[in-house]
Amino acid sequence: MSIWETIIFSLIKILIIVHVMLITVSYLVYFERKISAWAQNRLGPNRVGWKGLLQPFADVLKLLLKEDIVPNQANKPIHTLAPLLALFVAFTTYAVIPFGPDLKIFGYTIPLVVADINVGILYVLALTSLGVYAITFAGWSSGSKYSLLGGIRSSAQMISYEISMGFSIGGVLLLSQSLRPEAIVASQSGWMWNAILQPIGFITFLVSAFAETNRLPFDLPEAEPELVGGFHTEYSSMKFAGFFLAEYANMIIASALIVTLYLGGWQFPYLETFGLPYGWYVAISVLTFLFKEALLLFFFIWVRWSLPRFRYDQLMNLGWKVMFPLSLLNIVWVAGLIMIFKI
Amino acid sequence: MADKRRKKDLTFLERIYIPEIIKGLLLTLKNMLKPKFTMQYPEEKFIPGGSYRGRPVLVQEENGEERCVACGLCSRVCPALAIEVQAAETQREKERYPEKFEINMIRCIFCGFCEEVCPEEAIVMSKDYELAFTSREDAIYGKDKLLVPVHQLKDRIEFLRSYK
Repeated sequence: MSIWETIIFSLIKILIIVHVMLITVSYLVYFERKISAWAQNRLGPNRVGWKGLLQPFADVLKLLLKEDIVPNQANKPIHTLAPLLALFVAFTTYAVIPFGPDLKIFGYTIPLVVADINVGILYVLALTSLGVYAITFAGWSSGSKYSLLGGIRSSAQMISYEISMGFSIGGVLLLSQSLRPEAIVASQSGWMWNAILQPIGFITFLVSAFAETNRLPFDLPEAEPELVGGFHTEYSSMKFAGFFLAEYANMIIASALIVTLYLGGWQFPYLETFGLPYGWYVAISVLTFLFKEALLLFFFIWVRWSLPRFRYDQLMNLGWKVMFPLSLLNIVWVAGLIMIFKI
Repeated sequence: MADKRRKKDLTFLERIYIPEIIKGLLLTLKNMLKPKFTMQYPEEKFIPGGSYRGRPVLVQEENGEERCVACGLCSRVCPALAIEVQAAETQREKERYPEKFEINMIRCIFCGFCEEVCPEEAIVMSKDYELAFTSREDAIYGKDKLLVPVHQLKDRIEFLRSYK
């Protein structure tokens, strides 16, 4: 493949992924509202369009028409930068997540991942840590005490949970012996899913992912009843929508990461032994990925509407005294598995 | 005192959270699958029973006359001072009738005292709860809006006869 062909294919893949992400985000908001309604024995949005399916577009239009307010006390450049940074982080992380096997079409072999780089997981970790800046900037630059408290909480929370997140990934890396997402997926063929081999690591990563995405039960940076919305108290219009978008995009990233690292990625267990034609194989693999992802997203929303928020000291206790030792234990466990079974 | 187990001390199983979290998740899942009772309001309307106290109305007999004898007790008992009655006389057997009967629906608090005090069962609470108006003038209901034929008020009158 020449350089031009690579660029064109990459552009097409980027366009497809960005659009799929945007539409998924808007419908995630819809499903968030629907599932919350179902959990509370209500019906949820059902007025705009058939079964309320046009609701997300109405919401976006409403937000676009709102006045964009920047407080007097705000540090204006940073106040504007923060939502953009949040969005940037949310969307660029997706570049390294593989969502299917190589696609063979018109004599080309196209890997179904935007950038197949060998430090993929490191890249994801680096970018998600960058996400803290968006929230801290937003909190600090707003010139409001509630925002500042939200920003501080967010940075403390992210730092504490990033540690257990990193260490639980350590277990995965020991097994796959590579930082390439593709190699990690390949190391989980059949039922050798990391979630089954290292359940402790799976749970610590899952919990840290909830904390990293600021979702309930760890949504302390927002904490509506205490902080009036936390870091986005002083945001309105499309800047607020930017944070909203980023939150849901982060949810998608987090579940994509969990699928890739722990649930076998795009692999349908033992699909290659069924002897299907290659096109079908690719299609089923991509669908499997989407299905796993959808289940996890449902889980994210389901947890939000079931569990109460942690108190700040409980959050820190859980992060440092429970999650961190558990993720270390997981590394020992995986190392033991490798020593005994030579996998 | 000190060695007593307090109620908020959790057992080990409760402290590792996960079984409790799963319990909570199952509870919400169960609720998601339950049938919903929401009424789709403008399309589907709530029809209350006889005990419902909606907007007060005057009873209109089958022959088109009001039952009210304009004694003024309702206006006297009304705690919100919402009712205004002016009596007039005719040559018929039932001499008195209200020349003017107005209820200010901004003031009305739906307490039902007027209906309770009425000796003629002439003013009763209806099932009508859709009371929106766009100006203060519209909120003053005169006889034209207050008179309701007796057959539409059967439920309430029966309720009053058996429970009042």
